[in-house]
Amino acid sequence: MIALGIAFTHLTSRKRQTAVSLIGVVLGVAFFLAVSALMRGSEKDFIVRLIDNSPHITVSDEYRSARLQPVNQQWPQALAEIRGLKPQTETRGIRGWRAKQALIAALPGLRVAPVLTGSAVLVFAGQQQGVSLSGIIPAQMRGVSTIEDKLIAGTLDQLSANSNGVIIGAGLADKFKLRLGSTLSVIAAGGANRTLTVVGIFRSGNASYDESQTYVLLKRAQLLLDRPDRVNRFILKLDDANSARAVASRIEAQIGYKSVSWAEASEDILNVLFVRNVIMYSVVSAILVVASFGIYNTISTIVMEKTRDIAILKSMGFLAADIKRIFLLEGLIVGAIGSVLGLLCGLGLMRLLASIQIRPPGGTETVNLPIWWGSEQFLMAAAFALASCLLAAWLPARKAGRLHPVDILRGAT
Amino acid sequence: MSTVLRARQLTRILPGEVPTTLVRGIDLSIEAGEFVCIMGPSGSGKSSLLYLLGLLDVPSSGTVELDGVNTQGFSDDQLTSARLAKLGFVFQFHFLLAEFTVLDNVLLPMRRLGKLGDSQARARATELLARLDVAEHAHKHPSQLSGGQRQRVAIARALANDPLVLLADEPTGNLDTASSSNVRQILHDLTREMGKSVLAVTHDPRFAALADRRINVVDGQLDPDWQPV
Repeated sequence: MIALGIAFTHLTSRKRQTAVSLIGVVLGVAFFLAVSALMRGSEKDFIVRLIDNSPHITVSDEYRSARLQPVNQQWPQALAEIRGLKPQTETRGIRGWRAKQALIAALPGLRVAPVLTGSAVLVFAGQQQGVSLSGIIPAQMRGVSTIEDKLIAGTLDQLSANSNGVIIGAGLADKFKLRLGSTLSVIAAGGANRTLTVVGIFRSGNASYDESQTYVLLKRAQLLLDRPDRVNRFILKLDDANSARAVASRIEAQIGYKSVSWAEASEDILNVLFVRNVIMYSVVSAILVVASFGIYNTISTIVMEKTRDIAILKSMGFLAADIKRIFLLEGLIVGAIGSVLGLLCGLGLMRLLASIQIRPPGGTETVNLPIWWGSEQFLMAAAFALASCLLAAWLPARKAGRLHPVDILRGAT
Repeated sequence: MSTVLRARQLTRILPGEVPTTLVRGIDLSIEAGEFVCIMGPSGSGKSSLLYLLGLLDVPSSGTVELDGVNTQGFSDDQLTSARLAKLGFVFQFHFLLAEFTVLDNVLLPMRRLGKLGDSQARARATELLARLDVAEHAHKHPSQLSGGQRQRVAIARALANDPLVLLADEPTGNLDTASSSNVRQILHDLTREMGKSVLAVTHDPRFAALADRRINVVDGQLDPDWQPV
């Protein structure tokens, strides 16, 4: 308690220098917060878009590695070489998909929908466009995809009502001058063709997707692609997107088919975001390191000015550790007050940034800057500020603790 | 009378390219309630001897016994704790902490020792200030006091933890004649009324007149025959 009293009097006796150090910490913490909130906000925003626009998990009709031959299954330890192996020709797709879908649907916290995807060529007024044709069950698709929100004309219900309906992207609609009710021909890779009516147009924001993705009813796709009663993927949405990795490996273990979570599919993007965070935190931490030089300077000056006080305190019975504590406390006080004020300033800056509206180039709507309000960045800013203040105080504090009273008394008397 | 402070073959050599001997082979003892002054020419090693006896400095050889305890081999912290509980210091310069009031300055050693509660410590500090006739300045800062008053506050602070020995290094060196004689009288009275031992380094021959005993230090050694000019 005495140490705290002395620390306070030292700091208040050098008001201007203390204030400058304090401002350094306040600005450091505030900028740390503002930059962190903005960067993490844009990262979260990006991930939300990534997660929302793609399935959390895709189960496809592939295996991660070639299936073992019966001889290897029987004797896993044996060395067996098989030559002239010729893979069996089979209709591709998920075998027994209804049972497997039921198995997946029984897992908690997720929704699953079957899809049959294949290639087709779309013909309209002599123009052709290769597209990806997805056969869906609209009622189930609704639970796993944001397609319904992206529709700018028509509805999913109109697709369920019309077995010859097709939903196309806005890019394709613009290119071929298609509207709701327009008819067009679809020729599948196998040669089957059908005339379909446009019952919906979506805009996803991804140009190539908007030009090449089409949706029809699952039954229609199965007929066109000549794969009766088959689907070749399940797409899943989870209540908690972060558990996707674990759920995907659980499904893969259960049904054998390759299950890819969004995190696995976007691994390199997530890595880039991680590296970006490391760089960002290094830079904002550097601000606090610079601020701590101010504290070092202030406390060093106080130690030099107060050598006589230190000498008398030591001679009257204050231990080296007591003296050290006084100056460490000074760093801690500046750090603590600076952190609190810095957090408040940072919060203000974050509010200001959150209220800024920008119009992205090429966009039509204004959007707010994405700001992340997570509590861990507040803790991180305060902890880093306190740590650098303590470190800055530690060097002069150690010097003060080592001062020998006799050396100073000899010089003074 | 019991011996409170005893030095045996006390030697202090400052290491360096040319080692300097500050104190050489001094034996002495101070009894409880004794008023002793150390005199000698400038640079003779008086202050160095006082620092050694006050456990502020560590002898190169020889021992210091405080209150019957040999302090040889004590760590820095042990020496500091011994100073806190048993010794009080007064220097030529008052060394009061400028940012603290007179009362707080006197309270500092008591708070550090932590033997007395806050109200008891305040009562004792006020009593000491009253005894040294500076009670009315308790809530002033040292800069508002005269030199003599400051030195009396410094004495009150040195007495705060009820030390066995008060060590004074030229306590009147910075004071005018009236204040000097006042401080001399106070130090003398401490031995008579409170039973403290006082060991004072001084150039002032009037100290010798009041002291029970005079110790002369010349060239780092005791010299009974030396006389102040």
